[in-house]
Amino acid sequence: MSIEVIKPGMNTTIQDLGRNGFQKYGIIVGGAMDTLALRLANYLVGNDEGAAGMEITLKGPRLLFHEEMLIAICGGDLSPEINGEPVALNRPVWVRKGSMLQFGYARKGCRAYLAVEGGFDVPIVLGSRDTNLRAGIGGYHGRALAEGDIIQRQQRKQQGNYAASRQLAEKMDYASFAAADWHISQSLFPSYTQSCIRVIPAEHFACFTAESRSAFFASEYQITPHSDRMGYRLSGAKLELTMPLELTSEAVTVGTIQVPPEGNPIVLMADRQTTGGYPKIGHVATVDLPLLAQFKPGEMVRFQEITLREAQSALLRREATMKRIKLGLQLFSGRGERG
Amino acid sequence: MENYDFFPLGDSGVMVKLGQAIDRLTHEKVRTLADYLEESPFYGMVEYVPAFTTVTVYYDPVLLSDPASPQSPYERVCALLQKILAQVTERPSADSRIVEIPVCYGGELGPDLEAVADYHQLSVEEVIRLHTAPDYLVHMIGFAPGFPYLGGLDERIATPRRGTPRLRIEAGSVGIGGSQTGVYPIESPGGWQLIGKTPLRLFRPEHEPPTLLQAGDTVRFRAITREEFDRWQEVAR
Repeated sequence: MSIEVIKPGMNTTIQDLGRNGFQKYGIIVGGAMDTLALRLANYLVGNDEGAAGMEITLKGPRLLFHEEMLIAICGGDLSPEINGEPVALNRPVWVRKGSMLQFGYARKGCRAYLAVEGGFDVPIVLGSRDTNLRAGIGGYHGRALAEGDIIQRQQRKQQGNYAASRQLAEKMDYASFAAADWHISQSLFPSYTQSCIRVIPAEHFACFTAESRSAFFASEYQITPHSDRMGYRLSGAKLELTMPLELTSEAVTVGTIQVPPEGNPIVLMADRQTTGGYPKIGHVATVDLPLLAQFKPGEMVRFQEITLREAQSALLRREATMKRIKLGLQLFSGRGERG
Repeated sequence: MENYDFFPLGDSGVMVKLGQAIDRLTHEKVRTLADYLEESPFYGMVEYVPAFTTVTVYYDPVLLSDPASPQSPYERVCALLQKILAQVTERPSADSRIVEIPVCYGGELGPDLEAVADYHQLSVEEVIRLHTAPDYLVHMIGFAPGFPYLGGLDERIATPRRGTPRLRIEAGSVGIGGSQTGVYPIESPGGWQLIGKTPLRLFRPEHEPPTLLQAGDTVRFRAITREEFDRWQEVAR
């Protein structure tokens, strides 16, 4: 046995980095909304970055550990506690069997990611463990977690070679958990309080009126309550085309900002459909998608123009940082093994 | 192939536009490029999505970056696609797979069939005849897993969507929405006029490929009785 869901929270699902290669069949990519947080959490427990973790949204679950294990929580700060004591984010945490992990209110951000050593063991469907809620496939029986669910953990390929586990287990003494006294520095990543999202103008940008184009980058948009894993519906300055466009359905992607006739933009998120037919005004730079995923309904967002070239450079820099973190953690783990 | 345009779809995708209108020639160009990418994916390519007039290619900018080159990953992908497009020539799609879809029309499985017939002042039988007559082309798959965008609906039975969409439409429902017809592969809300239902599963994640239909297929609808429908369903179980 592994982890038991005592209370499920608002929308707690098993996610990995998504289901690639099946969009031509109309099957969405999905995956974690904040991929950066899931990847980091996986690094911290010694997993591959694409191992299945738990995506926890706004109102978190209460989880009972049926065995001891190494975990990490990254992403939004949803006030996690183990047996009533606060747990710090962005570091490995060794949890004793019988402990209860509970999430509270969203102090910062909107989505937290829980990784466990080995990753959650749910069946691979079409190459991924991601939960596709609409199609009812993947994850835990194709649905969000519910009370009483018991989620198994995969055994790590190489048993016990992750030094953090052993060091923390030794440090634990009689407490219910032990967190590492080091963590991945927040300074390496976007602050979840930043309100500016970088956007590359899209194919139909020039088809919007001059007022709409300048309002899009100059004004603030509110994330409405009708925002979910499929898309963020925004409300603010309405966007108008200079003349109607005859568009046929074509591919849309995560971060595509489309504008339906009523004029309020929609940012497509992880569970977007594969194709769409509305005019596209912009695309959120991939590097800023994790940040956007942490916006709560009701919050205000502002868009800043970025060129495609700049967006790709920023992404390459981010990935270089991720690589350094990954290697650093591997070295740390390896050193512990020898020592 | 000639006469195409590239548009970036964000920083990890490029859309190749191969025509302006929804027609067979454009469809063949789309299919030619899609077939090539299926057989010979290039390094750094993630996947491709064919649509009515476009093929969108998703790529990994990290794998396609080269610090020694002044080119951005996007420029490198466009150069690669240019080379590919210069190599391939569109061929007529003589090898289109024909998929027959049995449909039980009307009754509780097609609650809007009579309304569609009334709208056009046709008999129910005439609507069924017009719906089963053509060879439909699957232009693309989108909207839902395995949902076909079909070309070829007889204009005489093109019918506006319902004023109030249904909140729940069962998988397998066959409908008409404007000048489009199609089959709902999974339960979803929708505003199409429902004229019948097929016992076939269009989305079957345990199969390879996971959908009954793919872009480029030819679809024929065949009318079956309620008894046949029930028998099909039993066999499927």
